[in-house]
Amino acid sequence: MSWIGRSLPRLEDPSLLKGQGRYVADLARGAAAVKFVRSPLAAGAILGIEKPDDGLVFTADDLVGVKAIRPLLHRPDYVPVSQPVLAKDRVVFCGQAVAVVVADDQGLAEDLAEQVFVDIEPEDAVVDFAQALGEGARAVHPEAPGNVLVEGNIRTPGVDAAFAAAAEVVALELRSGRQTAMPLEARGGVARFDPLAGRVTLYASVQMPHMLRTGIADVLGFPESDLRVVAPDVGGGFGQKMSLFPEYVVLVWLARHLQRDVAWLEDRRENFLAAAHSRDQVFKVRGAFAADGTLLAIDADLKSNVGAFSCYPVTCGVEPLMGLAELPGPYRFSEYAARSRGVTTNTCMMAPYRGVARPMLTLTMERMMDVAARRLGIDPVEIRRRNLIETFPHRSPTGLVYDEGSYGETMELAVKALDLPTFRRRQAEARAAGRYLGAGFSVFSERTGYGTPAYAARGMDIVPGYELVNLAMDPSGFVEARIGASPHGQGLKTSLAQLIADELGVPPTKVRIIAGDTDATPYGWGTFASRSMVIAGGACKIAAGKVAERLKSVAAAMMHVEPETIRLADDLAYAEASNQTLPIGEVARAAYHQSHRFPQAGPGLQEQALYDPAGTFSNACHACIVEVDVETGGVKIERFVVAEDAGILINPMIVDGQIHGGVAQGIANALFEELVYDETGNLLTASLADYLPPTIAEMPSIEIEHLVTYSEATITRAKGVGEGGTIGAPAAVINAIVDALSPFGIDLFEIPATPQRIRDLIRNAERTSHG
Amino acid sequence: MADKRAVTLNVNGKDYRITVEPRRTLADALRDDCGLTGTHIGCEHGVCGACTVLVDNRPVRSCLMFAVQAEGRNVRTVEGLANGEELHPLQKAFWEKHGLQCGFCTPGFLMLATGILEAEPDISDEDLRDVLSSNLCRCTGYQNIIKAVRAAASEMRACQPSASL
Repeated sequence: MSWIGRSLPRLEDPSLLKGQGRYVADLARGAAAVKFVRSPLAAGAILGIEKPDDGLVFTADDLVGVKAIRPLLHRPDYVPVSQPVLAKDRVVFCGQAVAVVVADDQGLAEDLAEQVFVDIEPEDAVVDFAQALGEGARAVHPEAPGNVLVEGNIRTPGVDAAFAAAAEVVALELRSGRQTAMPLEARGGVARFDPLAGRVTLYASVQMPHMLRTGIADVLGFPESDLRVVAPDVGGGFGQKMSLFPEYVVLVWLARHLQRDVAWLEDRRENFLAAAHSRDQVFKVRGAFAADGTLLAIDADLKSNVGAFSCYPVTCGVEPLMGLAELPGPYRFSEYAARSRGVTTNTCMMAPYRGVARPMLTLTMERMMDVAARRLGIDPVEIRRRNLIETFPHRSPTGLVYDEGSYGETMELAVKALDLPTFRRRQAEARAAGRYLGAGFSVFSERTGYGTPAYAARGMDIVPGYELVNLAMDPSGFVEARIGASPHGQGLKTSLAQLIADELGVPPTKVRIIAGDTDATPYGWGTFASRSMVIAGGACKIAAGKVAERLKSVAAAMMHVEPETIRLADDLAYAEASNQTLPIGEVARAAYHQSHRFPQAGPGLQEQALYDPAGTFSNACHACIVEVDVETGGVKIERFVVAEDAGILINPMIVDGQIHGGVAQGIANALFEELVYDETGNLLTASLADYLPPTIAEMPSIEIEHLVTYSEATITRAKGVGEGGTIGAPAAVINAIVDALSPFGIDLFEIPATPQRIRDLIRNAERTSHG
Repeated sequence: MADKRAVTLNVNGKDYRITVEPRRTLADALRDDCGLTGTHIGCEHGVCGACTVLVDNRPVRSCLMFAVQAEGRNVRTVEGLANGEELHPLQKAFWEKHGLQCGFCTPGFLMLATGILEAEPDISDEDLRDVLSSNLCRCTGYQNIIKAVRAAASEMRACQPSASL
C-alpha cells in the first residue's frame, strides 16, 4: 500500500513535544552575548558615536575590509543600493544597526548597549508614497533621486481599444497596510569559532542556509569553506528568514575577530523594528468590462513600498515584479497594461512574506469582480464563471503558462459548501432584525514550485530554483536523503519520507531527511515560495527511483531473476514470478559488502538527483460568511470555506495544516495586523500590545474541501500549497464585509479593515444619506 | 547590576541550586541556569505565552516572573510532562491531531492546557477557547490545537479516578 496520501503523524514531533527541540537560543550556552545599538531616528547624519570606557563596542569604522550588502537585478530599471552592515555616516530607518556590543551575558550586553550614544543630526523622513514620489521629494539614497528602485512596465497592443469598447469601466484604488511575518521565534544566531580549523560554524534561525553562507563569505571576503551554516529547528519563518541580514554578517565577523563564540538572540521589539516587513502597497486599477460581464482589459498602476534597502538575494523587485506578472490571476482577459514601481522610504526593509504580492493582487481582482458585478447587475459568482480560465495550458497576458487546474470547479464547490441560497434567506431575515451578515468569495491562482527559468526571467543576479538531493540507502537498509531545501515547521521531512518510502519499499520511519547544514547537504536554495514539496520532492523521487533500480538489480542477481520482475514493498524485495522474497536490509548489505558479486550494479546504493521544474499553479476558492457589528465596526467570521486544488496530496493532514495557518495569516492581514509609522518614521507598533496577531478567539473553524487535478507539470503530481491560505483569505473577508454592509452602500478598499475604518465608512455613509 | 543571590528552584520535582541576579527572569533561569531549554521565549513582554510554565500548578508567564520569586514554589515545565518514554495525553493528542508545526509555541500551549485541564477537567468549550486565547501560535491557525486539547481533555477525564466517590 502506498504511503502517499496518508495523514501520517509527523516524524518531527516527538522531540518538539518533549521540549527537546533545538532552536538557536538552545545552542547559545557558553557564548558571549551580542546586542545591537539601533538608530532611534529614521533619517539623519551620524555626527559621532560615544562609546563607554570599558567593554567591547564596535562600529562601522572597526569593520575594516567588510563590504556592503548589494543585491543586484540585471534590468535597466533597477537601481542598486548598498546596505552597510553597520550604519556608516548616515541612518536610513529607525532600528538600523549602528553599533554592536559584546558582553558575558544578555543582561550585561543590554547594560553596555545603553551606554553607547549615537549623535544623529535628524533629517526629514520619507515614509509614505506621497512623500517619496511627490515633487521635490528628498532622496532616501543619493543614487536613487525620485526614490524608485525598480520599475516594470507592460502594455499589450489592444488595451486602448478594449477600454474604448467597454460597456463599463471600473476604477479602484486599493491599499494594504504594512504587515510582518512575525515568526514566534525571532531571528538569532550563534557563531562558534573553531581555533584549530580557523573556521566558524553559524547556527542561525534561517530558511536559506547555503545562500546565507555565500552572502556572508562574499561580504566578509573569505572562502565559503571557512564557514558552516546550520539551520537547526526553526520557529517559523514565512519568508522573513530567507534574506541575508546585516546582523549575521556582524556575528560571523565578531567570532573571527574576537576568536570566541558569540550569540545574538533578537528580541521582539528588534524583530518588529528591523527584521523584514511586507505589504504596504497601493494598487490603482481600471477594468474594462463588456455588458455581459466579460473582462476585456486591465490597466494598473502598482506601487510597493520596499523600505530602506533591497533584500538579498531576491531584491526589492520581488513584490513589484510579481505584482506586475501575476495580477491577471485566474482570469482569461488578454489586454493588459501595468506599471509597477518599488519605492524606497525611510522604513524597515521589505522582504518576501508568505503570499508575496498575491494577497494584494487577489484582493484587487476580487474586489474588481464584485464591483463590476454590482454595476452590471450580475451575480458575483456568475461574473466569475464568465471570466475564469477553463482551457489549459493557459497563457496569461504576461506570458505565464498555467498548467491544468480547476478554477471554476473549486468555486462551485465553495458555493455549494456555503449553501448560498439558504444563506441569502438568512441574510435577509437578519437584516430585518438589524443584523448585518455577508458572504464573500475569492478565487485565485497560486504559482508554486518554480525553478531557475522563473527567476532568470526577473533578471536576478543570483538565480535560485533547482534542488539537488543526495540519497543513499545504507548497509542496514535505512535511507538518508540530504536535501538543499531547509524546512522550518512545514513537516517536510515526514512528507519526503513518505514519498521516498514508496519508491524504495521501506517504511517512512526508515527514512531520515538531512537538511539545513551546509556541511551535510548539497548546495540548495532553502524553503520559500511554496517550492520544497514540489522541487526537493521531485529530486527525492528521482534519486530514490535511481537507488531503487540499483536495489532491484542487486536483489535480482541474488535471487537469479530479471531486475524488472522485482517489486519493492513492505521492506522486502519480491521476485513475483518465482515467489521469492529477500529483506531489503539484506539486499542493501550485499550491495555494499558483496559488491564483487554484482559488477553490473557497482558498489553501494547512493545517487544524486537534480530537479528544476518550470513551475505549477495551484488554485483555490475561499468563501466566507461574516457578521459586522455596525455599532462597533467589529467583524466576526462565522464560516470560512477553502476549496483547494494542490494536485496529489502527499500527507493530507500536513496540507490542511498549511492551509489553516495561511488562512489565519490572511485573516490577520484583512482585519487585524498593521505596522504603523508616524510621520517622522518612528514605528508605533513595536510590541505585541500594539500589533495584533489573531488568537484562537478570533479564528473561525476552517472547512477544507480538496479537488485533485493531475498535472504533468511536476513529476510527483503534487503542487505547492504553502501560501494559498494567505493569498486568498483577505479578499474573501473584505468581499463578505462589503456584502454585509450593502444596505449602507459602502465599499471597502483598504486593509486591515479595523473596527475604526469600518466605523468611519458607516459614519460617512450615514452622514451622506442623512445630509 | 546587583549582587547575585543563591536560589533553589524546584522544577519538575527536582531541586536546582542556582546563583542569579535578582533581575533574572524565571524563563532565563530555567533555560540558562537549569539547562531546561524546552521553555521558549517569544516576546519577553507577557503576550505570546511561549514561556508559559506552571507555578504551584497555575499557568504563569515565566518571562514576567523573577527567578527569585519562584523560590520555595513548585515549578513545572514541558520537560516534566511525559512519564519517561510515555507521552502525556496532551502531548499525544498534539501529535495525533497535528497540533504543532514549527513547535516553538508548543511547550507554552501544552503547559497552559495542562494547567487548565487539571484545574477544570470539565471545562466548557467556550471557556476552553477563552483560556487558550492567552497564547499565540503563528503556524496552525489554532485549528488543530483546539482539537488536540479537546481530545486530551476527554482522555484525561476517562483516566481520572472518580473524585466524587
